[in-house]
Amino acid sequence: MPHPLMAGFLLLAWLLLQQSLAPGTLLAGLAIALGLAWAFGKLRAPPARVRNVPLMVRLLLRVIGDIVRSNLAVAGIVLRRRGRFVSGFVQIPLELTDPYGLAALACIITSTPGTIWVDHDSRRNVLMIHVLDLVDESIWIDTIKRRYEQPLKEIFQ
Amino acid sequence: MNHLDGLPPWAAVLVGVLVLLGAGFAFIGSLGLVRLRDFYKRVHAPTLGSTLGTFFMVAASVVCFSILQGRPVLPVILIGVFLTLTTPITLMLLVRAALYRHRVEDGRQMPPR
Amino acid sequence: MSHGFLAIAVVVAQLLLLLAMACAIIRMVRGPRAQDRVLALDALYVNAMLLLLSIGIRTGSVLYVEAGLIIALLGFAGTVAFSKFLLRGEVIE
Repeated sequence: MPHPLMAGFLLLAWLLLQQSLAPGTLLAGLAIALGLAWAFGKLRAPPARVRNVPLMVRLLLRVIGDIVRSNLAVAGIVLRRRGRFVSGFVQIPLELTDPYGLAALACIITSTPGTIWVDHDSRRNVLMIHVLDLVDESIWIDTIKRRYEQPLKEIFQ
Repeated sequence: MNHLDGLPPWAAVLVGVLVLLGAGFAFIGSLGLVRLRDFYKRVHAPTLGSTLGTFFMVAASVVCFSILQGRPVLPVILIGVFLTLTTPITLMLLVRAALYRHRVEDGRQMPPR
Repeated sequence: MSHGFLAIAVVVAQLLLLLAMACAIIRMVRGPRAQDRVLALDALYVNAMLLLLSIGIRTGSVLYVEAGLIIALLGFAGTVAFSKFLLRGEVIE
């Protein structure tokens, strides 16, 4: 069966929407999930391999913690009266090359308030992000590389 | 508001706090849209509403409906899952579009400091 | 007592969300660029979805959740379409 993860996710979403486990819904959901997974396979997306599941869970928890903390930080910036802060673009050279790893990194950086993924130069493998509260560029480069890129490299490559 | 009296007191307080937190984060995020000065700063603000704001509101709905109906009501979670998947995509596309337009119009090398 | 708190909390939350939508509309009207307006529209969608969820809690009807799901889906499609247009379209104001 192609893309078991995708088929499983689709089936789960279907069952959540239908809110029942009757054989009819289960069968229909299974048919839709398998059909869409087959169609997705026709797109010839390279298969994703997750090598280190415990590390992925730990990264997920870390990201959730970071999202909560930067939510509070950005809320503070918005609420402060004319606070002085500098924002700007940061260029980060990457070692991560796996497309799924890069996609995960993009989602992590963008869903954390205060940082946003702007551009990725795939030839030089340099990432450009925009940071709302930019104090020191090298700290940001170090943070992104150590906190997110290193685990993603171990998970996907 | 008769149906909400079916909640036990602890659940009522919990749902109330969650609803307030969710709306508060969403409000601060949208306030940032007005208060921050240029586009690249503003683009960070609405993320507040779509991460923690949505999380708290979805949690409040799940707690409220699950206790009222006496069984887990989970479709609300789909909204949260969906929003966490789509927000990064829309924001990235929007920033790229803005960068492209700046480059085309101004003719100067981006990124500006 | 605790139910009184819940009733007040839901009303306050709805007022906050209405204010948030007002902020988004202000930014949408003021601009100044097209991308600012699209960003504000996206925030408006999210706030409207949250408002629907809070109405659902207030009325106890799961129907509003489905409406919120549809708003989230359409909002995503709309913002992506607008961004694509800004990327490709020759719209220089």
